[in-house]
Amino acid sequence: MMRTHRIAAILLRQFYLIRGSPARLLPLFVWAAVDIVLWGFITRYLNTVTSTGQNFVPTLLGAVLFWDFFTRVMYGVTTTFLEDVWSRNFLNLFASPLSIAEYLAGLVISSILTSSIGLIVMLLLAILVFGLSFFVYGLALIPFLLVLFFFGIALGVFAVAMVLRYGPAAEWFVWPIPAILSPFAAVFYPVATLPPWMQYVSRLLPPSYVFESMRTILAGGPVSWPGLLWSLSLATAYIFLAGWLFTRIYRHAVRTGLIARYSAETLS
Amino acid sequence: MISAVMRNDATTEPVRPAQTPSTPKVLAIENLRKVYGDTVAVDGVSFHVDRNEIVGLLGPNGAGKTTIINMILGVLEPSAGTIHIEDADLATHRSQALARTNFTAVYAPLPGNLTVVQNLRFFGLLYGVPHLAGRMDELIRQFDIERFRDTKCGVLSSGEQTRAGLAKAMLNQPHLLLLDEPTSSLDPSAARDIRARICEFSSQEAVGVLWTSHNMHEVEQVCDRVLFLSHGRILLEGDPKNLPREHGKETLEDLFITVAREPLSLGDPAP
Repeated sequence: MMRTHRIAAILLRQFYLIRGSPARLLPLFVWAAVDIVLWGFITRYLNTVTSTGQNFVPTLLGAVLFWDFFTRVMYGVTTTFLEDVWSRNFLNLFASPLSIAEYLAGLVISSILTSSIGLIVMLLLAILVFGLSFFVYGLALIPFLLVLFFFGIALGVFAVAMVLRYGPAAEWFVWPIPAILSPFAAVFYPVATLPPWMQYVSRLLPPSYVFESMRTILAGGPVSWPGLLWSLSLATAYIFLAGWLFTRIYRHAVRTGLIARYSAETLS
Repeated sequence: MISAVMRNDATTEPVRPAQTPSTPKVLAIENLRKVYGDTVAVDGVSFHVDRNEIVGLLGPNGAGKTTIINMILGVLEPSAGTIHIEDADLATHRSQALARTNFTAVYAPLPGNLTVVQNLRFFGLLYGVPHLAGRMDELIRQFDIERFRDTKCGVLSSGEQTRAGLAKAMLNQPHLLLLDEPTSSLDPSAARDIRARICEFSSQEAVGVLWTSHNMHEVEQVCDRVLFLSHGRILLEGDPKNLPREHGKETLEDLFITVAREPLSLGDPAP
């Protein structure tokens, strides 16, 4: 049975770290804000040079905002986990009554809180400075955010499982994941633009359905609710898959002694 | 049965209550085994720790001490055997068993980026300590770390870190306390102070302690019983005051060196 006080411990630790360190607080929103400002001006410029009169704000700036939100969610999970790697806290943590489910719940809730900060800052900038209106997406905005949030959680748990399996040096693997996925997720262009083999990969990525729907809505087409439902189911399935993978890797680490001597990396 | 601790230390002589026969074992280990590929790290070890008892787990480097401690802490899965912490089987009731356990080891310092108070609050929540604020204040006073309350653990001296680590280890008033070389990085004065505090805690809280150390003088002072490990097996067991004479040695240190260099002479079948 999950105990809330143990989950609260993970959140409290993260709160202490963020509160006491600008180096942790600023990345929660600064890079996302920089992205919004940069793409905000690009879209303004594009609006002035195109003769079609198309408004690029909801297409490009909206896409950047959604993608950054997904990235913040994923990093929220991984950063909380990496704090334990950086402070060599695994032995203290996993020799306590904390269960894996409680630990993962702590990572996810921590991510909800930290990614919300980034989302709020991005929304304020996009709405107040660049005039992005979320009404254009209608009710589909809710599944958009849910799909991206779920997939961010799934990918975050998958990434920390990899770091747990391959040691602290595998941290390099975490940061480029969103950049590697973005061409397949078709953030800025239709999936049809991709070559066939990339389209197959794209269909397995829930965010691609979000960005396709977003473009369809902005072009005046109908929302593909079955498509969004499918992507939400896919993202949910990935969460369970990532949780299962993390648990398996944790058990492997306990069996081989990797948890006890995590910095050694080579025990497995 | 155990009567007193810190027997050679005239400054501190807390007396621990005698144990009744019906008191359950704090720790019971049966046929514990750990194999890595072709290497047998722990080979069919069985022992127990009673309440109010300090048991020394001794042996040369690589004998299997830390492997055993890691298995008791649930961070290393045994290849075979069982570990019971009181009535809880660690394999099937992990959280329940570990809620009654705590530990400190020089290789598992408290996170250096949190202050002493933040660390104690974090671990207090993890262990579900009731009346946490009061318990923290009590331990901070007991381990004389009041002036470091708001200091990050990473900048504390070795002695201060050890005291903070011990405060964490005693937060949940564990029934089983595992101490892996708790005084290894301390000067003799600080080490004596720490030993006294641990013994005081174990006598007052009726806790069972499993203590590893390479300091035989320390072991003689604090341990009621010692287990000598060699090549993952228990080679000798007994009272640290009598054991050397029983094996023709003058001191516990001489016996330790014999275990490390000539285990066959003491009956170890598998060097």
